[in-house]
Amino acid sequence: MTRLVAESRLSIRTPEGVEFSLPLAGTGSRMSAAVLDIMVVSAVWSVIGRLVTLIEAVNKDIGGAIEILGYFVLSVGYPIATEWYWRGQTVGKRVLGLRVADARGGRLQPSQVILRNILRAVDILPALYLVGGISSLLTAHRQRLGDLVAGTIVTQTRQPEPPELDQILGGRFNSLSGNLRWAARLRQETPPALANAAIEALMRREALSPEARLDVFGSLAEEFRQRAPFPGEGADHLSDEQYLRNVVEVLFRSR
Amino acid sequence: MIVDLQRFVTAERPHWTRLEERLLFLERNPDRTLSIGEIEEFYMLYERAGAALVKIQPLQAEGDLRRYLESLVGRAYAEIHETRQTARFRFRHWVWHTIPETFRRRILYFKLSLIATLVGAAFGAGALALSYESKDVLMPFSHLHQKPGQRVATEMEERGKGISAARGRFSAHLMTHNIRVTLFVLALGVTFGLLSIVVLFYNGTILGAVCYDYITDGQGVFLAGWLLPHGSVEIPAILIGGQGALLLGHALIGWNTRESRADRVRSILPDLTTLAGAIGLLLVWAGIIESFFSQYHEPVIPYAVKIGFGSAQLVLLFVYLLRVKPRERM
Repeated sequence: MTRLVAESRLSIRTPEGVEFSLPLAGTGSRMSAAVLDIMVVSAVWSVIGRLVTLIEAVNKDIGGAIEILGYFVLSVGYPIATEWYWRGQTVGKRVLGLRVADARGGRLQPSQVILRNILRAVDILPALYLVGGISSLLTAHRQRLGDLVAGTIVTQTRQPEPPELDQILGGRFNSLSGNLRWAARLRQETPPALANAAIEALMRREALSPEARLDVFGSLAEEFRQRAPFPGEGADHLSDEQYLRNVVEVLFRSR
Repeated sequence: MIVDLQRFVTAERPHWTRLEERLLFLERNPDRTLSIGEIEEFYMLYERAGAALVKIQPLQAEGDLRRYLESLVGRAYAEIHETRQTARFRFRHWVWHTIPETFRRRILYFKLSLIATLVGAAFGAGALALSYESKDVLMPFSHLHQKPGQRVATEMEERGKGISAARGRFSAHLMTHNIRVTLFVLALGVTFGLLSIVVLFYNGTILGAVCYDYITDGQGVFLAGWLLPHGSVEIPAILIGGQGALLLGHALIGWNTRESRADRVRSILPDLTTLAGAIGLLLVWAGIIESFFSQYHEPVIPYAVKIGFGSAQLVLLFVYLLRVKPRERM
């Protein structure tokens, strides 16, 4: 069973009742991947083209035939071969962290790879993927016509790197982490945006003026205190900045 | 609720790592069959990762961990719940069984494609009969604009010298151009088949006008000798392109079925791919014949030989396409 979540993720519920979501790629990153792939084909062809020139010097007709057939096979076969061999990725998609996937979460089939690439002939019309671009903007799962027919989506595969906490936290004793019950509540009550704001504030500490630092750390610490009011002395005598450092360690350190 | 997240992650991580190893193995060896024990272990690891994901989902701040588990569960889900068979591709079996079976199973769409082309041909011939001045519009190729009799005289005089120096190049051009155009006809099936019908009709119009022009000018034998050797393969290949397009169009429209559109289209994907492959195969052959055989006329190659070759090829093609009885559909 599939449904759309907030336009940028495709949610799939397994028969076991587990729900997972696939992050959908945006039109911009897909266009960038397409441009990279065109550059790859051009680069490969420029190398092959030199060999063809040598053949043409010996036999112009055979060289010309190889040139026409070679470019055709390369330009049509490259996306099909790479997407099949690398399980939904071309060079451009690998670089940008994108992957073609089955829209129902299944294994990508050869027929899906072939047909989404055949349908590219319609998606590029009238120029610069206009039809495909409009289709991906209008459809719920950001699919161009080739994806709609082949039952595929393009997902993001790049995972965010965990932040280097040691540099931020300084290795001091954390009086909050010992309180497991409230630490669990803090993790449960903290939305990702707030957690990221806290770590960003600590990472940019040196760029803030002393007044701004007090103001930013004070507001963030107050926000966390309201969401998870840790009881006892471990939380009472901390400065706003140290409180924030301890909160960030509780949120991120366990990974 | 997970009270000690660190302990939970530490306890579960070895199972996630093991699941990752099994997934990598399966993804790199898609044809590998697992033993019962391996399947049991894989399914246990999948369920365990799924259960961890359910536990972690309420922890909103744990975005990275959740994404990692979602990726793991998603990949395992694809391996476990995929029901479509991916048999190893065997070229000989594909040529001798899969293509004719698919063609026969979807022959209704081939007939519709043929009808669209024939109606176009009748229109082209009729339009030329009514107004010969429309020839330039009906035939957008300059070499067809001269009187057929003049062209035949020129061809007999040149004896194929014009083409002989560039046969390979011409053949490659024909193959790639025809494959692109025919696959485009197939792809236009996404317009519910409507634009594909328009293209088939237009192709038929040109063909009908050319046939009418040559036959009324007394050059019917030349026409047959020129078109049959490659046309007996090329035209069926274009009709197969139309067959695929109409199959796709019907799946998108979905008359007389309760299946969802996605299900309908999904069920025809293997057949569409087979038809696309057949198009490629036929048009490579047609390109070779058109360049190395069709362009040589009498006295280089007698018309009887060319017409006999083309006719025999047409018969053989349809014997091949129609000889295999399709399997019962599940």
